[in-house]
Amino acid sequence: MLRYLGGRIGQSLLLLLGVSVIGFALMHLAPGGPLAVYTLNPTVTAQDIARVKHEFGLDQPVHVQYVKWAFGLLTGNWGYSFFGGRPVGGIVLERLPATLELMGSSLALALIIGIASGIVAAVRRNTVIDYATTTLAMLALSLPTFWFGLLGIYVFAQTLGWLPAGGMASTGGGGVPDRLRHLLLPMLVLGFVLVAQWSRYTRSAMLEILSQDYIRTAEAKGLRPMRVLLGHGLRAALVPLVTLAGLQLPLLVGGALVTETVFSWPGMGLLFVNALGTRDYPVLMAILMVGALVVVVGNLLADIAVAVIDPRIRLTHV
Amino acid sequence: MSDILLEEIPLPAPAGRSHVLRRFVRHRLAVLGVVLIALLGIGAAGAPWLAPHDPDEIAISERYAPPFTAGRVLGADDLGRDVFSRLLYAGRISLAVGVAAMLVTLIVGFAIGAFAAYYGGWIDTLLMRLTDVMLCFPSVFLLLFVAAFVTPGLGSIALMIGLTCWMEIARIVHAQILALKSADFIAAAELAGAPAWRIVLRQILPNTLAPILVAATLNTANAILLESYISFLGYGIQPPQASWGNMLTNAQSDFQVDAWLAFFPGLAITLAVASFNFIGDALRDALDPRLRDA
Repeated sequence: MLRYLGGRIGQSLLLLLGVSVIGFALMHLAPGGPLAVYTLNPTVTAQDIARVKHEFGLDQPVHVQYVKWAFGLLTGNWGYSFFGGRPVGGIVLERLPATLELMGSSLALALIIGIASGIVAAVRRNTVIDYATTTLAMLALSLPTFWFGLLGIYVFAQTLGWLPAGGMASTGGGGVPDRLRHLLLPMLVLGFVLVAQWSRYTRSAMLEILSQDYIRTAEAKGLRPMRVLLGHGLRAALVPLVTLAGLQLPLLVGGALVTETVFSWPGMGLLFVNALGTRDYPVLMAILMVGALVVVVGNLLADIAVAVIDPRIRLTHV
Repeated sequence: MSDILLEEIPLPAPAGRSHVLRRFVRHRLAVLGVVLIALLGIGAAGAPWLAPHDPDEIAISERYAPPFTAGRVLGADDLGRDVFSRLLYAGRISLAVGVAAMLVTLIVGFAIGAFAAYYGGWIDTLLMRLTDVMLCFPSVFLLLFVAAFVTPGLGSIALMIGLTCWMEIARIVHAQILALKSADFIAAAELAGAPAWRIVLRQILPNTLAPILVAATLNTANAILLESYISFLGYGIQPPQASWGNMLTNAQSDFQVDAWLAFFPGLAITLAVASFNFIGDALRDALDPRLRDA
């Protein structure tokens, strides 16, 4: 187990290194740059631009910049925002809780509804319930998240006036009920796509398992149907589902970005979109790395969980 | 003895084209998807003849005309441009981006997967680790990242979407080729002196076609969706050229003034994406029942 764990952690670190190199190279080799806007401004001279470039360290070769940046990242100095000069670590970390709240609640919602509907669809195979669930799941996967969110705002905030249209809390704070009211719509919108995936995967995993001999054995022993379904069926389906949780993370992080933009949810996604407009390199890189970290660590945890559930995996894949 | 055995064992009927077609047609939603894609495709291709108005023609007096007024089927937008005409022209861009991006994912994914699997060794390790790294980027992040730095246009956006979404195809091709590599007919081709590229194109490609076709269909759906995301955020197709995504750029304010305006482009995206998704799902079932629900 320890060797397996060590190997997976080593791989994860290499993945993060790869992400940082590719991300950094893409950003710095792209034409334009944070100072491009000033070249059109007649009051800013070429000397001014050169001086600011020098101050930000943008005049150095890319690999030198990368090593400096990576070293800073590891020692806790994530650089300073080009606009406003605040430390990037602080800017990003103060946005992180909002994003985690949105992602966590959506994922929890998706797990509960997705797995339940997937099991029902598998058990009631080829019935109206099955067709309705799978069709709805496919439609949910095809909806543009931002448009779905806007529709939600139009119906529930604008027309019916039941829920706030955006933000995380009313001005001047407000208690837990107020925050929950703000969370509900973005959570449902982000969760909807995830529910679809969970439902589809649970259904297909359960379909495969329910045709196995040991399920028939369990039924023949006279166990109660619920016990067979959850104790034997769902238990065996856990392995692919935990792996799916890991694989779903890029979708979750990307979906959070879009959802935050639509609902003005003050998380990292909104910060990313704003920083993109001003080409604030240090902020963009920091968010990209935090996003990749969430994905890589999530996959690592999923692999560890799978190895714990299924001993065959940790014994064969070293 | 062996003759008797051969006679007694009935050979399984090969999965012919009619089988595939029959299994596909069983999926009614997929058939509906084909019809919808055909309609959207005809609308897009025939836009210059079908559109009742010039898509860029501004008529301030008809701003925010609701559907079925002022002779406009779907109304007019904030500049008085005809929404139906713009939807048709936007379909050209959005569908073209989807298909072009899908082709890029096919070419890049196949090249990387095939190259890695066929040559093995350190090339394999390097290319497949690169695939893993690319999978760690949430694709919307990576796409916005690159899109913000490139001059947006149909070609560049299709290329960018393609270059951020080829990983699944590469993995499928890689796994299929590794499985095929030890097959007897590949060894036979090698013994016959066929060059590597010929083996890849003539022997391996046809055998990996089914899962690739499925992935390609689903990639088209995904590419259309991604184009709408980045165009909505303002980094995709630039106005006045219309795409389904950038017609929704002002959707937030449109919903307050004229909700229809924000409704139709989103509906077009959903229909196109759902159609490709349903077709992909049915293809998976029809081409190879073993892959079902994989």
